[in-house]
Amino acid sequence: MTYENVYPFVWLAWLVGAACFILGLHFMNSPASARNGNRLSAAGMAVAVLATGVLLVAQGASALAWAIIVVGFLIGGAAGLVTARTVPMTAMPQLVSIFNAVGGGAAALVAIDDFITHGEAGGASVSTTLFVVLGVVIGSVTFSGSLIASGKLQGVISGKPILFPGSRILTVVLGLVALLGTLGLVFSATGTVKLDPMVADLVLLAIIGSALVFGVTMVLPIGGADMPVVISLLNAFTGTAAAMAGFVIDNPVLIIAGALVGASGGILTKLMADAMNRSILNIMVGGFGGGDHAAAGAGGGEGGTVRQIGADDAAIQLAYAERVIIVPGYGLAVAQAQHACRELGELLEERGVDVKYAIHPVAGRMPGHMNVLLAEANVPYPLLKEMDEINPEFDRADVVLVVGANDVTNPAARRPGNPVSGMPILDVDHARSIVVIKRGAGRGYAGIDNELYTNPKTGMLYADAKDGLAQLTAAVKAL
Amino acid sequence: MTELTSLLYPITVFVLAVLVGFEVISKVPATLHTPLMSGANSIHGIVLVGGMFIAATADSPLLYLLSFVAIVFGAANVVGGYVVTDRMLQMFRKKPAPAKVGADGGSSTGQAQG
Repeated sequence: MTYENVYPFVWLAWLVGAACFILGLHFMNSPASARNGNRLSAAGMAVAVLATGVLLVAQGASALAWAIIVVGFLIGGAAGLVTARTVPMTAMPQLVSIFNAVGGGAAALVAIDDFITHGEAGGASVSTTLFVVLGVVIGSVTFSGSLIASGKLQGVISGKPILFPGSRILTVVLGLVALLGTLGLVFSATGTVKLDPMVADLVLLAIIGSALVFGVTMVLPIGGADMPVVISLLNAFTGTAAAMAGFVIDNPVLIIAGALVGASGGILTKLMADAMNRSILNIMVGGFGGGDHAAAGAGGGEGGTVRQIGADDAAIQLAYAERVIIVPGYGLAVAQAQHACRELGELLEERGVDVKYAIHPVAGRMPGHMNVLLAEANVPYPLLKEMDEINPEFDRADVVLVVGANDVTNPAARRPGNPVSGMPILDVDHARSIVVIKRGAGRGYAGIDNELYTNPKTGMLYADAKDGLAQLTAAVKAL
Repeated sequence: MTELTSLLYPITVFVLAVLVGFEVISKVPATLHTPLMSGANSIHGIVLVGGMFIAATADSPLLYLLSFVAIVFGAANVVGGYVVTDRMLQMFRKKPAPAKVGADGGSSTGQAQG
C-alpha cells in the first residue's frame, strides 16, 4: 500500500465527504428531513477523516504523530460530546460561538504550522504564503472575537457596547501591522526581500498578535442585541479560515467545506442584518444595541396612555377567540417561559382555538433561536410561522398575545425618522385585540417607546413572562 | 506563471462551492436557522483533517504542540457540533409528543420523523 496507490482513492473519499456535506445541507430545507441530513453530513465527515487516516498510514506517519492524533481526538471529542449533551438550549448561541472559536483557532494553527515547516524547508511559495497569512489572520480574528462574543452571551462580559478611548486608532494600527507583515512575508517569498527564517517567524508572530487583538476590539463595542449578526459573521469567518487552510495544505475537502460554511454564514449575516434594518458595517462600528438591561429604568415619559388588563380579562379574550397568534420574544427565553407558553397554547387548542406562533427572524440571540426553544418545549413545528407567512394573518386574528417581544412589534417602524424605521416588523397592531405580557414599562433595545402599547386595542399585563403565562393558564382553566 | 496555474483548480473549486452553498442554504427555512448554523459549524470541523496532516509532518516540540491543539479543537468542533445539532433536530416534531404520562413509551421518537 504505497502513497501513490492510495492517494486517488483517498481523494475520492474526500469527494464523497464533500458531497455528503452538500446533500446534508440540502436536507435541512425541511424539519422532517433535517435530522437525516445532519446524519448524512456526519457520515461524510467520518469518511473524510478515516480516509485521511488511511493516507497517513500509507505515508508512514510516526508513532508519535499517531499518539498526538488519537489522544487529541479523544480529548477534544470527549469535551465536545459532554458539552453538546448537557448545554441548555438557551445557551446555544454561546456554544456555537465556542465552536466558531475552536474551528477558527484550528485553521489558524494549521496555517501557522505549515508556515513554520516551509520556513525550515527553505521558504514557501508566494501563493502558499498569501493563503497562510489569510488563514492565520482570519482564523485568529475568529478565535478571539468568538471567545469575546461567547463571553458577552454568557454574561461574563457586559453585553453593553464597550468603547474605550483610542479604540478606533488601535484598530487602524492593528490593521496596518497585519498588512505590512503580510507584504513583508509575500515579498520575502518572491525573493525581493531577504528575510531570515527567524525574522519571518517573528513577523508572523506580530501578525498573529495583531489579529488576536483585532478580534477583541472588533467584538467588544458591539451590543448584545446585535449578537445574531455577529455570530453569523464569525461563522462565515471560520468557514473562510478553514478554506484558506485547505488552500495551504492543498486539500479539496477543506476548501469545499470551508466555502459552504462561508456561504452559510454570509447568507445568515445578511438575513439578520436585514431583519434588524442595519447594515453590517453599521453594526461593526457599534454603539447601538445596548444589551439585556439597557432597557431597565429607561421607562419614564411614555407618550399616550397605557391600558392595563388583568389576567382574568385577558384569559376570557383568549379562551373565546377563534384565532390566536402568540408572539414570543427574547424576554420569553430569558424567563425560561417556553414551557409555560406551550402549556397555554395547548390549553387554548383543546378549547378549539386556532393557535399559531409568529417568530420574528431576530427573536432570540442567534438566527432561528426561538424556534429551537419552542421545539424543545414540544410545540409542533407546523405551528411556528415565519414573519412573511404570518403577517397577512394578523388581520384575521382575534387576539395576539405578545410575550417578551418589543421592538419587532413597534408600528413606528413603518414611519421614517426613528431608530426602528424600516425594520421589518410583525403586524401585531392589525389584530382585533392585543395582550402584551411585559415585566415593566421599559423600552426595547432601540431605546424608544413602543406605540403598540398605547394603542387602544392593547391591554398590558405587567408580569414576568413565566408568571404572566401561568396566571393566564390558571385563569383559562377556571373558566 | 506555473505557480498561478497550480492555483487555478483550487480557486475554481472554492468559487463553485460558495455558489452551491448559496443555492442550497438559501432554501433552508428560518425555523431551522439555528440547527443550520450549528450543522455548518460541525462541517468546518473538517480542519481536523488539516490537523492530522500537520501532526504527521511535525518534527519539533513546537509543531507537535500546535498540531495537538489543532486536533483537540477540531475534534471538539466536529463531535460537539454534530451531537448538538442532532439533539436540536430531534426536538422538531410535526405533532406534539405524547404527554408526560407516556414516559414509558419510546413511541415519541417514532413520530419525530413526520
